[in-house]
Amino acid sequence: MELIIQDIGFIIGTTLMYATPLIFTALGGVITERSGVVNIGLEGMMFFGAFVGAAVAYFSGSPWLGLLCAAFGGTFWGLIHAIACVSFRAEQIVSGIAINFLGAGSALFISRLVFDGATQTLTVVNKIPQPLAFLFGEGKMFSSSGFMGLVFNQFATVYLAFFMVALVWFVLYKTRLGMRVRAVGENPEAANTLGIDVIKIRYGAVMMSGFFAGMGGAAMSIAVVSRFSNTLISGHGFIALAAMIFGKWKPQGALLACLLFGAAKGFEIYLGAKGVPVAGDVLAMLPYVLTLVILVSFVGKTTAPAAIGKIYEKGDHI
Amino acid sequence: MTTITKKFGDFVANDAINLKVHRGEVHALLGENGAGKTTLMNILYGILQPTSGTIRINGRELKVTDPNVAIRHGIGMVHQHFMLVETFTVTENIVLGNEPTRSFGVLDMETAEREVAELSERYGLAVDPKALIQDLSVGSQQRVEILKTLYRGAEILILDEPTAVLTPLEIQELVGIIRNLTEAGKSIIIITHKLGEIKQVADFCTIIRRGLHVDTVDVNTVSEAELAAKMVGREVSFKVEKKKQVPGETILEIQGLCVEGGRGLPAVDGLDLKLRKGEILGIAGVDGNGQSELIEALTGLRKVKSGSIIMRGKNITNLSPGKIIEEHKIAHIPEDRQKRGLVFEFDIAENLILQSYGKPPFSKRFSLLWDNIYQNAERLIEKFDIRPQHPATPARALSGGNQQKMIIAREVSHEPELLIAAQPTRGLDVGAIEYVHRALVAERDRGKAVLLISFELDEVLNVSDRIAVIYEGKIVGILDAEGVDENEVGLLMAGGTA
Repeated sequence: MELIIQDIGFIIGTTLMYATPLIFTALGGVITERSGVVNIGLEGMMFFGAFVGAAVAYFSGSPWLGLLCAAFGGTFWGLIHAIACVSFRAEQIVSGIAINFLGAGSALFISRLVFDGATQTLTVVNKIPQPLAFLFGEGKMFSSSGFMGLVFNQFATVYLAFFMVALVWFVLYKTRLGMRVRAVGENPEAANTLGIDVIKIRYGAVMMSGFFAGMGGAAMSIAVVSRFSNTLISGHGFIALAAMIFGKWKPQGALLACLLFGAAKGFEIYLGAKGVPVAGDVLAMLPYVLTLVILVSFVGKTTAPAAIGKIYEKGDHI
Repeated sequence: MTTITKKFGDFVANDAINLKVHRGEVHALLGENGAGKTTLMNILYGILQPTSGTIRINGRELKVTDPNVAIRHGIGMVHQHFMLVETFTVTENIVLGNEPTRSFGVLDMETAEREVAELSERYGLAVDPKALIQDLSVGSQQRVEILKTLYRGAEILILDEPTAVLTPLEIQELVGIIRNLTEAGKSIIIITHKLGEIKQVADFCTIIRRGLHVDTVDVNTVSEAELAAKMVGREVSFKVEKKKQVPGETILEIQGLCVEGGRGLPAVDGLDLKLRKGEILGIAGVDGNGQSELIEALTGLRKVKSGSIIMRGKNITNLSPGKIIEEHKIAHIPEDRQKRGLVFEFDIAENLILQSYGKPPFSKRFSLLWDNIYQNAERLIEKFDIRPQHPATPARALSGGNQQKMIIAREVSHEPELLIAAQPTRGLDVGAIEYVHRALVAERDRGKAVLLISFELDEVLNVSDRIAVIYEGKIVGILDAEGVDENEVGLLMAGGTA
């Protein structure tokens, strides 16, 4: 019995850990898409953030500085995406694809420059801390390998992610700013006639999506693992995008979807650890297969913001 | 507004136009489509910047650089296509951009709802502050738009074609609202090309033709015919002239037709209708009562769930559009001419053979015979007066009226037995409307049947021989057009019983 509870704790713990990078990134997706701009560049922004986070944490020794720089690294690519799609009215999907290549390419390029030609960083000494660690371990309140320890002895990013979900929800639905973001995503012409600066709102939203995606990347590279490598972010940005859609463009929905994808990863690791006779590659497919299945079965029924992906042009035409 | 000029490249949309509006006055802005009315108002509201000219409000000169400036100076605009966020509530839409907040920008929706309720009571604009826009009727949505401007303290309200989408009853309500507003000292500028409305509500009327200021008149001193002549630049006949004609045998019979709409709900719900040779049957009704689905079912574009459509004794229910056009001789002037009526990037000649390109004389085996195609185009351009008179002009370069002429030319040259005309004059100006109506009557006079579907009650009343009123997917009454009572039709359209 105790073993089963321990196993469940293990699965929940890994679920939370692996869902966290997805949650950050999906929140970014919610913000940008609610303003009417599609951002499939989340993957590239996450990739870039993962590298910047690990590199800065490695050189500075501060994981928090790494996380912050990762967020700003993502914001930089958000700015590029905004310049392309909002100011120059480029096709948002094309720009997003370009960002995916550029984000990943520039991260690898800088990595080779800084880490002697390697496409990975060295191991970060100080990872993101586990704030509740003092409660767990030998002679403490809980054992670190018991259910409580497995579930609650998490990295700070996990708690931060949950807090951010609540914050983004509050801003989107309870504040003036959030209402304007949603209005711009539904009907930018209407917002413009009421004196709302559509361009400014979209710039802000797209840059925030980069901010969150960058944090998501770092939550992977300096919390879940302790270094960046070129295969670390392999489709997580796209999974987060899928989670955002599956979560009906709502922060709370995206959270649940990310937890589901995290659970797929949790099972994968659990089954692998138990030595279940299934090829590891097949297990590793689980989150991706789940993404496909969910997108195919749910996307048709969800309602996207009305102005999503549409190019907004202000003014001078008849 | 003094000597306002606006150029788009070489095109002069407004050419030194003057407009003066007094407090508490209803001022109509009259002109054909593309005359420059909306451009002028967009300049006043700050959406467009004038190339030259000045705007003064209460004697002070003002640069309206964006809508914020206009709003601050008491100008409000109700756009023709409503500027509402469908998924927001009435209150959210009204306060958007000007939201009452507590500290840290947190919304204060209770205050907002209270203010909206007060406003709607003061001016007699009944709406539920908590309702979602997508659940409201068009008339209510318009009231929300008016409330939006009032919430921002508008003293001058611009209404862009406010009656285009309303039922006759809603139009009467709107007239009442306009009276309330002017009594409260608000000024109203109403953009329209409907003369009857001007006579009914406006005090003064400024007429614009091709960007030029034609005249400003006291509405009480001019007749509708005089206004129309000023607008078009020539005499226009309002009455559609048609001879009496005795209709022939039944050509189309629809029995118990049921068709599902976009959301899987019944849109056409047990509809019966008979159409005879040599008559124009007009279908009157408010948008969204199954008209589109009925047309799509008749033309084979949408699956019929149950019931039957009999054309010349043969059942054509659920046949393919090609068969219906080819073998059963039904022609269709679609509701959305730009989406369904023509191919934007094709030229006139190509658009004219969209149905018949696969047959002689236009093609032989695998190749198109371009000489014949262009000869055909030249003949039809001449006959139907399509301008510019050049077969290689792309459809997108034609005006709405000429696009419609091109579609009519194509459909009529096909020698149909039944012509379905859906909203055939939507967005057209007076001259083009006259043309389309004549074309419909000409088909009738040749002994063909015409089914006219329109949301413009005047059009249905003027052109048809018989009028069928559609409401919630059923025909709720069939009336003879001769001596029909407009109010009776209006009542039926709104679901009442005559």
